[in-house]
Amino acid sequence: MPLTFYKKPGLVVYVTCGDPNLATTREIVLAAIAAGADVIELGVPFSDPVADGPVIQRASERALKQGTSLGQVLTLAAEVRQHAQSTGLIVFSYLNPILRMGMEKFCKVARAAGVDGALVIDLPVEEAGEYLRAMRAYDLAPVFLAAPTSPDERLKRIADASGGFVYAVSRTGVTGAGQQLAEDARKLVRRLRRFTKLPLALGFGISTAEQFAEASEFADAVVVGSAIVETVERNRGREAAAVGQFVRELTALSGQPSAIGTMREGSIPGF
Amino acid sequence: MAALEELEREYEKAKRDRKFQARLEELLRTYAGRPTPLFYARRLTQKLGGARIYLKREDLLHTGAHKINNCLGQGLLVERMGKHRVIAETGAGQHGVATATVCALLGFECVVYMGTEDMRRQELNVFRMRLLGAEVRGVESGSRTLKDAINEAMRDWVTNVRTTHYLLGSVLGAHPYPTMVRDFHRVIGQEARAQILEAEGKLPAAIIACVGGGSNSIGIFYDFLSDQKVRLIGVEAGGRGEALGEHAARFRGGSPGVLQGTFSYVLQDSGGQIALTHSISAGLDYPSIGPEHAALRDAGRAEYVSASDAEALEATTLLARTEGIIPALESAHAVAELVKRAPQIKKSEIVIANISGRGDKDIGIMRESLKID
Repeated sequence: MPLTFYKKPGLVVYVTCGDPNLATTREIVLAAIAAGADVIELGVPFSDPVADGPVIQRASERALKQGTSLGQVLTLAAEVRQHAQSTGLIVFSYLNPILRMGMEKFCKVARAAGVDGALVIDLPVEEAGEYLRAMRAYDLAPVFLAAPTSPDERLKRIADASGGFVYAVSRTGVTGAGQQLAEDARKLVRRLRRFTKLPLALGFGISTAEQFAEASEFADAVVVGSAIVETVERNRGREAAAVGQFVRELTALSGQPSAIGTMREGSIPGF
Repeated sequence: MAALEELEREYEKAKRDRKFQARLEELLRTYAGRPTPLFYARRLTQKLGGARIYLKREDLLHTGAHKINNCLGQGLLVERMGKHRVIAETGAGQHGVATATVCALLGFECVVYMGTEDMRRQELNVFRMRLLGAEVRGVESGSRTLKDAINEAMRDWVTNVRTTHYLLGSVLGAHPYPTMVRDFHRVIGQEARAQILEAEGKLPAAIIACVGGGSNSIGIFYDFLSDQKVRLIGVEAGGRGEALGEHAARFRGGSPGVLQGTFSYVLQDSGGQIALTHSISAGLDYPSIGPEHAALRDAGRAEYVSASDAEALEATTLLARTEGIIPALESAHAVAELVKRAPQIKKSEIVIANISGRGDKDIGIMRESLKID
């Protein structure tokens, strides 16, 4: 399945799989898709989430207590794929669980499950040689993060290695809701545009409809993570419904259909 | 990445800058107290009945451990880079204290991250850091020890990277830290090599040092690397048992993995989650090991063994009563191996053990564990 954004801005939703449990995660993901998510990032919990703020740290700890593993997340992906043919699915993980499984095995299982791509948050493009070879061999899109502190040469390098979309990080820092979109965000997206035709998704700290609408002025898609995870945390027993409602409210001020954003040449956004 | 590249560039320039090197050497000498003595432990040698034992006295350095060698080096780099805020992680607190000390010396704002479990067991050092003007932030997540402090320090750094330098305390982390920190500690081995040649006219048969992240050990090993006949022995924390979670012996139970920007041997479970570790000594209680140690071990140039909590405590009492030196619990692991190893080596040969720190910070733990009073 191509990673396609059906409207502007497209919506990428991140969830920490296994919080509170995998069955509920599946319901949450399907609710997010029904409410308009174009791409789902299936977060694999990790013992040392150095790039994450307190919300995702807590969710990861809860998910790990359930014994959630990379293997289980891939199984979940296959289940979601059965119910959602045109949604993009990305595995979002730290490097060590993937290394432990084996790069080749990970790609093979992911492809078979119907996963479209992966984002390995602590694997910089400079160290990604083996990863890129394996991902390409299995027709998986490698998504990388571009930070506001990266000089142009690095942005180009990231853009050249990326598939699917490029994830522009809106500010220096870790995941977590912020007060307003930093000026960093606009500048970064403007700089990245020069280096790629791939859709640019803006993430970190976006949690309100106003921020979402503002991001849509310059980004092709918006990533919402901690806000979703926090919604799950705060609505025990009705997680999926709460996430569905949150997504609808978030996108209420935006969301016109658009012709942007397919990863593969010639594929048609379907309605 | 940009911050790491900037750091590498500045470090490479500083290495070639004679004024930088001269200023560092002057601070190491007049402020930190280098060179540290290489002491012939006559009574311990007699007691063990084997090789002649020399102790490298990093415990006599200002702040009580080897850590300050690296802090002074990085502190001067911070000055060069024009940054004013320094953050650090700390396990036992010695690196935190050395960082706070250098920040007071050079006039930087200082924040030290420490696991709340470590804060409990190393109270003296927490107080020292605060007295020196640093802010100590307790980390409640995960195991509440060193790796969690590193996570929090890294989160601070990515958020504040433009104004802040992360003064990493060991030969871990992303490049250039393992190389740079090792370079700043090389002085330990440089001195020891010159000192033993002057005292005995020959090189030692073996050098023993404890290995947490691996800074004191690589520091004493490095200048002996090409002396093939000198055996290099690193001692890891054997903790209180064999099972994963009961020790911090990376080479015994670990496998290659990536943690906190480094690819090395890591204690981990079958799903690639990083394991909890245990050691009575906070400074050795870490699930990964400096990558240069992994390379030395895989090349067969250095060997790695472990000492248990109980053996380290016994060694502490032995050194205290035989030579009047109370080692840090970390360093006691090196002494524990010395006890096993010296009798196996000929009396005409020499063994050097690195006493990486003094034991004042561990009085509380020793009091709980040893029947003295």
